[in-house]
Amino acid sequence: MTFLSDTEAIGRDLPRRDGAAKVLGSATYAFETPLDGAVHLHPVQSTIARGRVTELDTTAAEALDGVLAVLTPGTAERLASTDDRELAALQDEEVGFRGQIVAAVIADSSEVARHAAALVRVGYEQAAHETELRADRDDLYTPESVNPDFPSDTAEGDVDAAMAAAEVTVDETYTTAMYHNNPMEPHATTALWDPDGDGFLTLWDSTQGVHPTRTTIASVFGLDEDRVRVVCPYVGGGFGSKGQPHVHVVLAALAARALPGRPVRLALTRQQMFSLAGHRTPTIQRCRLGADKAGTITALAVDVVERTSRIKEFAEQTGLPARTMYASPNRRTTHRLAALDVPVPSWMRAPGECPGMFGPEVVMDELAERLGMDPIELRIRNEPDVEPGSGKPFSSRNLVGCLREGASRFGWSERDPRPGVRRRGDWLVGTGVASSTYPVNRMAQSTATIRLEGDCYVTEIGAADLGTGTWTTLPQIAADALGVPVSRVEVRIGDTDLPMASVAGGSSGTTTWGSAVVEAARAFRARYGTEPPDGAEATGSVGDPDQKYAKHAYGAQFVEAHVNVDTGEVRVPRLLGVFAAGRIINPRTARSQFIGGMTMGLSMALHEDSVLDPRTGHVVNHDLAEYHITANADVDVVEAHWLTEHDPHVNAMGSKGIGEIGIVGTAAAVSNAVWHACGVRVRDLPVTLDKLLPALE
Amino acid sequence: MKPFDYRHPADAAAAVRTVAADPDAVYLGGGTNLVDHLKLGVAEPDLVVGVTDLLPAEIEELGGGALRIGAGVSNSELAAHPRVREWFPVLSQALLSGASGQLRNMATTGGNPLQRTRCVYFQDVTTPCNKRTPGSGCSAIGGWTRYHAILGASDQCIAVHPSDMAVAMAALDAQVRVLGPDGERIIPFTDLHRLPGDTPERDTVLEHGELITAIDLPAQTIARRSAYRKVRDRASYAFALVSVAAALDVKDGVIADARIAFGGVAHKPWRAHRAEEALRGAAASDSSYRAAADAELADARPAEGLEGGNAFKIPLLRRTLTATLRDLAREDA
Repeated sequence: MTFLSDTEAIGRDLPRRDGAAKVLGSATYAFETPLDGAVHLHPVQSTIARGRVTELDTTAAEALDGVLAVLTPGTAERLASTDDRELAALQDEEVGFRGQIVAAVIADSSEVARHAAALVRVGYEQAAHETELRADRDDLYTPESVNPDFPSDTAEGDVDAAMAAAEVTVDETYTTAMYHNNPMEPHATTALWDPDGDGFLTLWDSTQGVHPTRTTIASVFGLDEDRVRVVCPYVGGGFGSKGQPHVHVVLAALAARALPGRPVRLALTRQQMFSLAGHRTPTIQRCRLGADKAGTITALAVDVVERTSRIKEFAEQTGLPARTMYASPNRRTTHRLAALDVPVPSWMRAPGECPGMFGPEVVMDELAERLGMDPIELRIRNEPDVEPGSGKPFSSRNLVGCLREGASRFGWSERDPRPGVRRRGDWLVGTGVASSTYPVNRMAQSTATIRLEGDCYVTEIGAADLGTGTWTTLPQIAADALGVPVSRVEVRIGDTDLPMASVAGGSSGTTTWGSAVVEAARAFRARYGTEPPDGAEATGSVGDPDQKYAKHAYGAQFVEAHVNVDTGEVRVPRLLGVFAAGRIINPRTARSQFIGGMTMGLSMALHEDSVLDPRTGHVVNHDLAEYHITANADVDVVEAHWLTEHDPHVNAMGSKGIGEIGIVGTAAAVSNAVWHACGVRVRDLPVTLDKLLPALE
Repeated sequence: MKPFDYRHPADAAAAVRTVAADPDAVYLGGGTNLVDHLKLGVAEPDLVVGVTDLLPAEIEELGGGALRIGAGVSNSELAAHPRVREWFPVLSQALLSGASGQLRNMATTGGNPLQRTRCVYFQDVTTPCNKRTPGSGCSAIGGWTRYHAILGASDQCIAVHPSDMAVAMAALDAQVRVLGPDGERIIPFTDLHRLPGDTPERDTVLEHGELITAIDLPAQTIARRSAYRKVRDRASYAFALVSVAAALDVKDGVIADARIAFGGVAHKPWRAHRAEEALRGAAASDSSYRAAADAELADARPAEGLEGGNAFKIPLLRRTLTATLRDLAREDA
């Protein structure tokens, strides 16, 4: 694919095309799809973490006015496929985690459905459950691969021998907490089963991918894909949790098929989202570095222990970034899993890189401390020439540029490296840095169609905009590929009636869909030239990636942290990130992605922590009052900058995905800044005051 | 949510008669806590009686520097009132440190002290809770105790009262005016809330049907030098790990008098009488403040639990009290 060198629309600061509709409230979300005669669905969840349901008394629920049906394993239809046990709603009496759906009520109103659900009496035969992740568990196992298909373990050279021979070593264990994605819009589905003919299922679903959702749901119900339509023009955030359909989508479809012709609405409550919509596993990361006195790394190891659910494996690729980030002749990464009685973990913004750049980027700071070396210089010293492991050349790698540019903007050169020596009023002040990275991913399949309708080039692809900017950026790409003003391009996305698009995941959307749009535009011009007839139409597909290069985006995160001398409270008044992520399609939506990711990283550093009570097996702080997400008052100055980066190898646009890199490394930079402020290394997230108080006494 | 009836009587007296006559009736003020509980099934009343607009919504000067705050005054209005800011800054600061602007616009003076604990187990009907269902057990003991008590807890309940406003009111010797079926009575604010003991289901000494109509703040010049310090994990919109409401009167480097109450550490706003006693006549110094804190915290008992329990609250509270008093003394000089 040739590089798009002449750009007019790409790179322009265009406002979001969907912005006005969202602000005015006229953008319709899945739950509020206007349909006549809609009914409401409310799940009943298990109150044990393992065992089986022995009794389901629905009498009181069914007696309520307005209740239309109660779905149970006894009444729900048999699904065609139960291979994915997360999605096997109401197929048997087994309970695999607390909060699992064991029944569901359909009623005239959401209030009646919810009340009736509370009246369903459930009896259990309870089995002992286990939820606690520990590195010393004797049931840890090595998964066949880690998400999505990377080897679980890698080894080069001899880490142990290199550690033993190294002049300076660090060997520490770091942990990240369990996290929940918590998009603002809850997981919601409106489902309608039209019984005419062979029947037709329509799902208005809040999803990061209409086509992947259709494929999954069609398979679960044994329907041909052409008998299922999934529609989703707008998504109120997903952060990975809407990347794959969770069980509520199956439940909504089950309910719709039980009540043919009636639209069924389901929106999970915030509390239900903590057990039914995925989460990020907690991780335990033993990180080891060996180096010579000049700071050249000779040994690098990351051994990860994390959790999955007993009913379905998800192996977060936490060790992945350490495989390619820095040069080292001796390197080892491993993943071990404990399969426990917990809800099914899944994708959350930068799975792998996000937790996997916490331990490795704090241990770099610790090594710099022991070496008496500037942490930026240490990173630069260990810059690899080619991608470690594969030996491939980088399509572009500007980590050093990001570190240097960030240092200059942040004022790093004036930094006194000593910890705990700066005080401003009642606050100890420190600064920290960490690197950031994210791969350039491209999905195998996506197709776009471009058609001239009057004066307008209509670009159709079933892509998703989860706040990422797709509504705005795809027209920019199409306009430049066609050589027309962006005002003449209209896009249509978010519907399986449009050409097939891949999931908005792995920061792959713009690369994948944009490439398909460029191919369609080129096919269009090749066939019709510059004077196409009305109705002219052409199609293009994403095409294969260039396999000769290692392709990653890089960044550097700088943090100023304040620690209160009396209380240990931590506040972060300044975050600054510099990224090298290829050509930026739209600076406005890009900035939003970067600062959103950085803020979410700050949230991970200081606040987020799903507290899973091992006695009950559920997350007890399951609402937004108790599960703290960074709020406006926690964020003062957040700056995102980017380098001009020309990379003709990634795709025709020269762009790299930017949806996830912002969250990568932020938490390490915060922990490093807190150490610099008060001298305490916090290796276990979140960085809360109780971990700092003993040192302040 | 269980269906319920809603009534809106003509006046406060009629509301009291209505609720007193029905053991399953509750008052609805700003709704910032009760509405959540209705949805969660934590509260399942048969009858909800709206009272906000039946209650006085004025702040009245009683002369000599005393104020009467109508129960219908919103938290926002109370925090912004010029007399409150001048005479009782601790109260204004406490209010502004609580919840969010939107919630403060809805929450009322009468309702705020009656909000219930945010103990996660209390708010989750799938876990045993003696406060919600007497005799069912306490899930917080041995559970997630970061936001639980270190003072005055029992083996039945270790929950804390969540209000910030109430901590300031306790420090200020406020008086609560209550209307009941048999007429009006006045309860010292520090006696309004109770410790859990064997009956944690009872947050306050109010009898069923009693309605707070106003809160009086007696004149006290000491309160003009007062402050509220709330320590929390997030800079806004988070409940206190610990909080301190304090007023200090220092003359020639010696503490003449002090008013202190703690939040986030007990089933009630914790008036720190022992600390106040220890401070009177002492030098205005960090060592005096720490000694006062130690006097009050002598009986403190941390709640062991997940993620290290809450033992950190003892040094945290000592340090927060010390810092708050130090700042006030500095201001006083």
